[in-house]
Amino acid sequence: MCTTCGCSGTGGPTVTNLNTAKPAGDHVHQHHESGSHGHKHEHQAGTTVSIEQAILTKNDRLAERNRGWFLGKHILALNLVSSPGAGKTTLLERTIQDLKATVPLSVIEGDQETLFDAERIRKAGCPVVQINTGAGCHLEADMVAKGVEKLQPVSHSVVLIENVGNLVCPALFDLGEHAKIVILSVTEGEDKPLKYPHMFQHAGLMILNKIDLLPHLTFDVAKCLTFARMVNPQLPVLQVSATTGEGLQDWYGWVRAGMEHYK
Amino acid sequence: MHELGITQNIVAIVSERAGSRRVTRVTIVIGKLSAVCPQSIRFCFDVVSRGTLLEGAALEIEEIDGTGECRTCGTHITLEHLYGHCPCGSHDLIRLTGEELLVKEMVTA
Repeated sequence: MCTTCGCSGTGGPTVTNLNTAKPAGDHVHQHHESGSHGHKHEHQAGTTVSIEQAILTKNDRLAERNRGWFLGKHILALNLVSSPGAGKTTLLERTIQDLKATVPLSVIEGDQETLFDAERIRKAGCPVVQINTGAGCHLEADMVAKGVEKLQPVSHSVVLIENVGNLVCPALFDLGEHAKIVILSVTEGEDKPLKYPHMFQHAGLMILNKIDLLPHLTFDVAKCLTFARMVNPQLPVLQVSATTGEGLQDWYGWVRAGMEHYK
Repeated sequence: MHELGITQNIVAIVSERAGSRRVTRVTIVIGKLSAVCPQSIRFCFDVVSRGTLLEGAALEIEEIDGTGECRTCGTHITLEHLYGHCPCGSHDLIRLTGEELLVKEMVTA
């Protein structure tokens, strides 16, 4: 690593040629000799000030504020994350239909654009606010705080936060939730847990969705669960179909058990 | 592209500490298991720092290797990815380093 600017061949994208089966390790800087590379540094005198502050401090503090607020109101807040199309909104619609008579629910919807998902949730019969992140690829704690202010969820209830469909960025941003729930559908590859390990590592529950389609697919459930537990050995997994309702009682049981923590 | 938001946080933290002083150098620490791409941060830094006290400042990035400890046998191992396995066969690891995301220091003019 260049000790002046910190540039390095590692940590960035790597390119591997499978024909040579050897990581190419290509990177944009050409280091000709130790300490010498394609650009110059101006070495200026100045005052060095130690900072030592976590980059995500602001988000983490706001997330803790949200967490305290949820705790004070006895609200179970869940952060639902997945790639686009895994069935988050369908799972929410079905959950609302099945639980709304017995469990007070409300929803914060996160999408880059449109009110489509919020309209689906409203039709399912549940209070909902939509957050459009515009260019943003994930929800952050301050957005959830604003969403909650608009939503005004009742005490002793469940707030379901549907994050932007993305298996990378939402992993890094705490929203103040009780748990992240990663939803993977069997129409995706069983290797997703290894391809996107951060999300599966940060999750408190994995829901394997669309299992009604398994007879038509080559998806290997056992292999998927092995991969998921390589990343997160303690990860509980529920297998469901939000369309047929199979396995959903286990999900509802998990939600009810979570609510007990916040009584 | 969460690096844009992360870079905005870096610039905000340094700006707050700089007060009215011009910043010539910023050092950040990124763990290799942190899901943050140093090259993207570098790209975003030039854009985000424009018009601030950090404009034109050099950005140093210190990268930290991933290491872990096996929960089963206690062996310390190097981690190339967020997951890995111990020579004893266990995947149950405690990550010790590699997830850092810190603003370490700045140099002011």
